[in-house]
Amino acid sequence: MSAITHMPTSIAPPATAPRRRFPLIIVLLLVPMAVVNLAAFVLPVLRLGQISFLESRSGGVLTDVYTFGNYLDFFTDSFNFGLVINSLWISFTVTVATLICAYPIALFLHRVSPVWRNTLFVITVSPLLVSSVVRTYGWMVLLGDQGLINGSLLSMGLISEPVRLINNTLGVFIGLVEILIPYMALALIAGFGKLDQSLEEAAASLGANAFTRFRRIVFPLTLPGVALGCLLCFVLAISSFITPKLLGGGRVFLLATEIFDQAIIQLEWPRAAATSVIVLIIFGFALAVYSRVVRRFD
Amino acid sequence: MIGKISVPFRIVVIFLYLFLLAPILVVLPLSFSNDSYLTFPPESWGVRWYVAMFQHAGLINAFWLSLGIASVVTALSLAVGIPAAYAIGRHEFRGKEFALSLFTAPLLLPSIVLGLAILLVFVQARLLGTVTGLIIAHLIVTTPYVVRIVITSLSTLPPSVEEAATMLGASPLTVFRRITLPLMAPGIVASAALSFLLSFDEVVISLFITGPRLTTLPVEIFNYVESQTDPMTAAISVVLVTATLVIIMLIERTLGLSRTIGK
Repeated sequence: MSAITHMPTSIAPPATAPRRRFPLIIVLLLVPMAVVNLAAFVLPVLRLGQISFLESRSGGVLTDVYTFGNYLDFFTDSFNFGLVINSLWISFTVTVATLICAYPIALFLHRVSPVWRNTLFVITVSPLLVSSVVRTYGWMVLLGDQGLINGSLLSMGLISEPVRLINNTLGVFIGLVEILIPYMALALIAGFGKLDQSLEEAAASLGANAFTRFRRIVFPLTLPGVALGCLLCFVLAISSFITPKLLGGGRVFLLATEIFDQAIIQLEWPRAAATSVIVLIIFGFALAVYSRVVRRFD
Repeated sequence: MIGKISVPFRIVVIFLYLFLLAPILVVLPLSFSNDSYLTFPPESWGVRWYVAMFQHAGLINAFWLSLGIASVVTALSLAVGIPAAYAIGRHEFRGKEFALSLFTAPLLLPSIVLGLAILLVFVQARLLGTVTGLIIAHLIVTTPYVVRIVITSLSTLPPSVEEAATMLGASPLTVFRRITLPLMAPGIVASAALSFLLSFDEVVISLFITGPRLTTLPVEIFNYVESQTDPMTAAISVVLVTATLVIIMLIERTLGLSRTIGK
């Protein structure tokens, strides 16, 4: 195996290590991963882009005719336009609500004694290990017409017939907020490092009350974490599929559910591909907004 | 009392945790319902749905398929991801940063988009509804994590240990086998566990690739929940959550064990 002798001698300090172009051993180590990446990522994404410009036919038929029609539909067709607006609006409100729910949890974890911190941290992120299908099913049990909430309200006589809590936007909203809280909490905790108790003590000694201290000291210091968490939750919300599909009951139309319906039920692949590209463009915009916001902190 | 936790704050946090855990906790009592439809609280109790679950051929087949696929995907993820991570983490070469961002880029793509993209290529390659297709698709989900985790675990151990072994006359292969590999063990165990769980849980991409005759467990559960709401899904959920807990506790044990051996 002459290849092995080609390994850069790691005895030399890294700074002067020869930066060879492509020693055989490196090629051999990287090739399997590159093949997987090419087959299941690079080629599919390129193909997706190409197909999004093909004329749309139902039944999984692909033509050779290139067109901008699939994209123009998003500006001319009111259903498609509404889809984009609806997705953006739900993702935005879900992100804000997730922030409001996750912020106290993250602040609590930052302040609680280390004994409790580890246990509570595990409890906060453990829902990530539970399948989203299972968690969404849990919400169907809680919010359904004969679910826990409606059942309790009915037996207490507070309502005379079940309140519609699922198969509508409200159900999707509640489910998404709960699914996304662990992600938001993780991003917030990562950004809470700058939060120093002595700063709050200084503000208090200068006469600031609890609300002022939060508004002027705590919240501004945690803004980088807030920005990261919001970006993460927004992109996860706009691309979420399982929760809107199951809790929306086919009555809530979002970009992600539409991609699936167009691709699997109507078999209009070019349209589904174009919808996917729209989602990726929204991703790009969200990233651009995030990097502008983050630059202002520095 | 600066930075201390006031009682109202404590109460708010307790309610938020209840909200966060409610959908997971509620399936436990429901799984012991004997009702034929979903009502909460159940009107009669029993293990009827646990029995029904084990008699549901579609579910059992899907379970074995998922178990098999997750095992193969875990083995292949390590076989493909560890060499790439070793090359990136321990060698200098042109385009190293590019390779790293390319290999971890699939993490950034929403699964619904990746699922459709893979469908469009697999339909031509005749890989739809095949085990091979499912394995390749799952690999693109798991390998970015393997590469990331193994590179991180490599960066925490100093190359000086390997250099010492080389200076004492060990061949590069011996150094890798006797020094690098054991030191990477916690990272490898962690990425194996994560690969298994990710593959076993994967649902969105699988929805695009599975067919009527080939269904993984999460897809089978998804289809079941979509078509009928009876307490059987609760029984399945309880079994799945328990299994996940057991796996994580086992990993924690082994990881703790390997750490004590390492030191």
